[in-house]
Amino acid sequence: MTNILQELEDRRDVARIGGGQRRIDAQHAKGKLTARERLDLLLDEGSFEEFDMFVAHRCVEFGMEENRPSGDGVITGWGTINGRMVYVYSQDFTVFGGSLSETHAQKICKIMDMAIQNGAPIIGLNDSGGARIQEGVASLAGYAEVFQRNIMASGVVPQISVIMGPCAGGAVYSPAITDFIFMVKDSSYMFVTGPDVVKTVTNEVVTAEELGGASTHTKKSSVADGAFENDVEALAEVRRLVDFLPLHNREKPPVRPFYDNPARVENSLDTLIPDNPNQPYDMKELINKLGDEGDFYEIQEDFAANILTGFIRLEGSTVGVVANQPTVLAGCLDIDASRKAARFVRFCDAFEIPILTLVDVPGFLPGTSQEYGGVIKHGAKLLFAYGEATVPKVTVITRKAYGGAYDVMASKHLRGDFNYAWPTAEIAVMGAKGAVEILYRNELDDPEKIAARVADYEKRFANPFVAAEKGFIDEVILPHSTRRRVCRAFASLRGKSLQNPWKKHDNIPL
Amino acid sequence: MFKKILIANRGEIACRVIKSAQKMGIKTVAIYSDADRNALHVKMADEAVHIGPPPANESYIVIENVMKAIRETGAEAVHPGYGFLSENSKFAEALSAEGVAFIGPPVGAIEKMGDKITSKKIAMDAGVSTVPGYMGLIADADEAVKISNEIGYPVMLKASAGGGGKGMRIAWNDTEAREGFQSSKNEAAKSFGDDRIFIEKFVTQPRHIEIQVLADSHGNCIYLGERECSIQRRNQKVIEEAPSPFLDEATRKAMGEEACSLASAVDYTSAGTVEFIVDGDRNFYFLEMNTRLQVEHPVTELITGVDLVEQMICVAYGEKLKIAQEDVKLNGWALESRLYAEDPYRNFLPSIGRLTRYRPPSEEASETHAVRNDTGVFEGGEISMFYDPMIAKLCTWGTDRASVLEHMRVALDSFEVEGIGHNLPFLSAVMDHPKFISGNMTTAFIEEEYPDGFEGVTLDESALRQIAAAATAMFRVAEIRRARLSGRMDNHYRTVGDNWVTQVQGQNFAVTIDADKTGTDVKFDDGTVLRVMSDWLPGQRLATLTVGDTKVVLKVEKITNGFRLRSRGADMNVKVYNPRQAELAALMPEKIAPDTSKFLLCPMPGLIVSVNVAEGEEVQEGQALCTVEAMKMENILRAERKGVVAKIEAAAGDSLKVDEVIMTFE
Repeated sequence: MTNILQELEDRRDVARIGGGQRRIDAQHAKGKLTARERLDLLLDEGSFEEFDMFVAHRCVEFGMEENRPSGDGVITGWGTINGRMVYVYSQDFTVFGGSLSETHAQKICKIMDMAIQNGAPIIGLNDSGGARIQEGVASLAGYAEVFQRNIMASGVVPQISVIMGPCAGGAVYSPAITDFIFMVKDSSYMFVTGPDVVKTVTNEVVTAEELGGASTHTKKSSVADGAFENDVEALAEVRRLVDFLPLHNREKPPVRPFYDNPARVENSLDTLIPDNPNQPYDMKELINKLGDEGDFYEIQEDFAANILTGFIRLEGSTVGVVANQPTVLAGCLDIDASRKAARFVRFCDAFEIPILTLVDVPGFLPGTSQEYGGVIKHGAKLLFAYGEATVPKVTVITRKAYGGAYDVMASKHLRGDFNYAWPTAEIAVMGAKGAVEILYRNELDDPEKIAARVADYEKRFANPFVAAEKGFIDEVILPHSTRRRVCRAFASLRGKSLQNPWKKHDNIPL
Repeated sequence: MFKKILIANRGEIACRVIKSAQKMGIKTVAIYSDADRNALHVKMADEAVHIGPPPANESYIVIENVMKAIRETGAEAVHPGYGFLSENSKFAEALSAEGVAFIGPPVGAIEKMGDKITSKKIAMDAGVSTVPGYMGLIADADEAVKISNEIGYPVMLKASAGGGGKGMRIAWNDTEAREGFQSSKNEAAKSFGDDRIFIEKFVTQPRHIEIQVLADSHGNCIYLGERECSIQRRNQKVIEEAPSPFLDEATRKAMGEEACSLASAVDYTSAGTVEFIVDGDRNFYFLEMNTRLQVEHPVTELITGVDLVEQMICVAYGEKLKIAQEDVKLNGWALESRLYAEDPYRNFLPSIGRLTRYRPPSEEASETHAVRNDTGVFEGGEISMFYDPMIAKLCTWGTDRASVLEHMRVALDSFEVEGIGHNLPFLSAVMDHPKFISGNMTTAFIEEEYPDGFEGVTLDESALRQIAAAATAMFRVAEIRRARLSGRMDNHYRTVGDNWVTQVQGQNFAVTIDADKTGTDVKFDDGTVLRVMSDWLPGQRLATLTVGDTKVVLKVEKITNGFRLRSRGADMNVKVYNPRQAELAALMPEKIAPDTSKFLLCPMPGLIVSVNVAEGEEVQEGQALCTVEAMKMENILRAERKGVVAKIEAAAGDSLKVDEVIMTFE
């Protein structure tokens, strides 16, 4: 009997060592942790329950039958993050370079199916050389099986991908479908085709880092939502993100015990808006002063910084924030900003996370590059996302809300629940100067007259009261009491129930 | 008494004067420039009058504008504060011409003391000790040696036209005097085209000590002890105290009496300050007299209990001093730290911007302990480029020097200022500097002790242990809170462990925690235990703790796996790991900071409004390089690191595309 028990332990030991000490050392030498070490960091101590530890591949080509390591290059199972259940898989680069075989894919699919059925997020730690070439189409089939489950899980349970090594070719499409992608700086990259193929096909010489490193994907392509210094920080920050997210789409966002007063007054917000309307200010200050404990989890910080997206807590409960950022491009909407914010709004709506929108938008960015790039349809994505969202929506206009961008930014007309404005708000079709130049075209050669017209226009329209008179603004509020007002607004919306008409699915302008 | 006075100043001193006036039941009038529309002094005053655009020379020091404000409001008297018009005799004359009282000395005294040579002559005539020297021209090296001997070595040979250390030599004997005369003469001729040289006693181990005097228009003059102002950076005072740790009773009395005789010699009235330089043997020499309220007057107020502004107002109204010399008692010790909007990590470069957070320690006063903060700013206010970068004066009072230092350490650690660069860490560093603690400092203190600038404090082992203990206890509390999130699996909660490895300033401390209802015992691996007690809750930005038997105040910000903690001039990213995390974190490679580009690229399509630097100029990290207007918004581009501008590729008015080169660095 003892021998039988001992055999289990022996087999487990073999499985745990993965590709062997030499490969583990090589992994460490690259600044990377092993698949199991990563799970130790991601999950609560001692909470990991493994599945399929002894699964081995079934390939008999190229002499593969000689080498059938336990686990087949991926560790799967479930565990907890601060006591809340998550399903995880962690690719083991020390076993066949983490390459994806039919059985490797089956392991991943098993936990994905369970996650969807049991309502818990899926977190994938990616570190894989790609398809297991020896298995040919069976490997490709494995990818597709994973993709199909990613698609089914989308909007049902949160899906998070962490790229902690290579992720190339077909492998990129699983993370691409998930809700969030995080990368580790200097040790991860993602691309559809690698530098060698790029050189052969296009003669373009580019390094893997330039082509698909963390910097590329967080700043240029927006494929990734964030990048961290190393494995330890990346996994700690994933834990922090999970703390904000509901486990599935039938659950309300999590509530954390909070020590911050919901009625906290911030007098300094009364002076946030500069006297000079052309001077920018940092919208992050408002976000930090509104949210509990100044805790803001920003998504896509380095991309389209003219709009801010991320999570805060109000009264301990998660709220998604979308805010124009006046310090970058005056906070205007453009293609990138619209795409970034639209995806974020849709994530929040899918998972019942209320949305707070802070508005200071001078309009859409004009120009040929925008029009040629299709700003019409990209801008419409954000409009669509806000319009279809049924979660509680609270909007605060701090300064400019001009033109079509006013409509887009969670206006009353898009079923905003609470639409507040600060006294400094200017809600109008456009800025005074632009409006006067159109309305009084025949007076343009008389600067004095035009100046007087501008002053008149400002007096009449550069305020929140025209909109408030029409009921488009529910209330003009004092900046210093914004936290209290917004907290109370969301508190009053906890029972909100709103259904869109039945449809198979919508047709958002992709 | 006056019914209404106008304060011809701004910032903290305007607020300070308003406070005393309010206490005396006098209405106050503030004046303000465009940049000060929302300033604190404007809010505090009963009335406020706009007097012009932001630059002081178009507003605060335009006599006519101030006179207009006086006429408009019917103010009967004017307090000038310090700086601006405070020592401007023309302003005092303009006031007297319109029958408005000047809360300061008579015109004659301002004029006489305003001129360095005249004031020195008057001082000598009044029997005030001045730096011995020969003011006449010196013909040749022989005469230089003869005069040097008369004065007594060491001496300083100085070019008449001198400045910036050029044409200056110190001589300790005849040979050096002879050589020094020739070389400074040559250097002076080359540098200034004026080779006249004079000789003065060289004061060794100089300390800056000044006497506060107060005189009325009835011939009474008293002195209120001294202030030691030796902690200066480039002639800018940083820390002052009263009394001086250096003076004895006899020297104090001698200096005080000489100061009073100088004041009487010019028929001085109101508050004034006589500055002396004091050498290592307590010889003191007159430097100059400041005919106004000094910035550092609060330390005198704290040890004498006299409200100097109130006294100035009474004297200006013609009242007799109610305090006689024998009533002046120096009680305890007071210290003043000047809070400057200057970034000590960037070579004290002035920093402007929005004060996103400004929470001074609360003011208090008891038998043993007092905290006072004279401030002209508020949270959400703007620090503009137009005025003095000093934004507050934090004073503490205690029964002796050691206790007042400790009060100041705690007060500085409790002072929250964010949004701009400021010198709080530097002030904290000085409070822990052994030389400053000993009281044995000279005016060269900062230059000698921080020759390469300031790079933050590296704490000693015992302080690091306190920080580690505090951080671990706090981190554990925060983790326990996290583990109480809703949506947990029933019965399978996360248990937060008791073993931690805490990393502070490159050192690892393995600790075990044993917490009870009143505190946390943090046990180090060598067996020592520090008990941490605090009411800190996660998310709070300031933590007041007792660690062992030491009071520790920390500024707290959450970072990944730990906290950024600031205390005692140290700025630390403290990591708190469980043992497994620590083991794995140790495998992570050190990252070398990437070589940032040598180019400043235009980050957006826009118009260059201004280029703020020149080719060849050295720039500090964070310095404004150029302003780009895009979408009608002005964006300031700043230096990412220290460097020298090699070439400027764009000029104001240029319209640039994104990523076009604006300038290159060497």
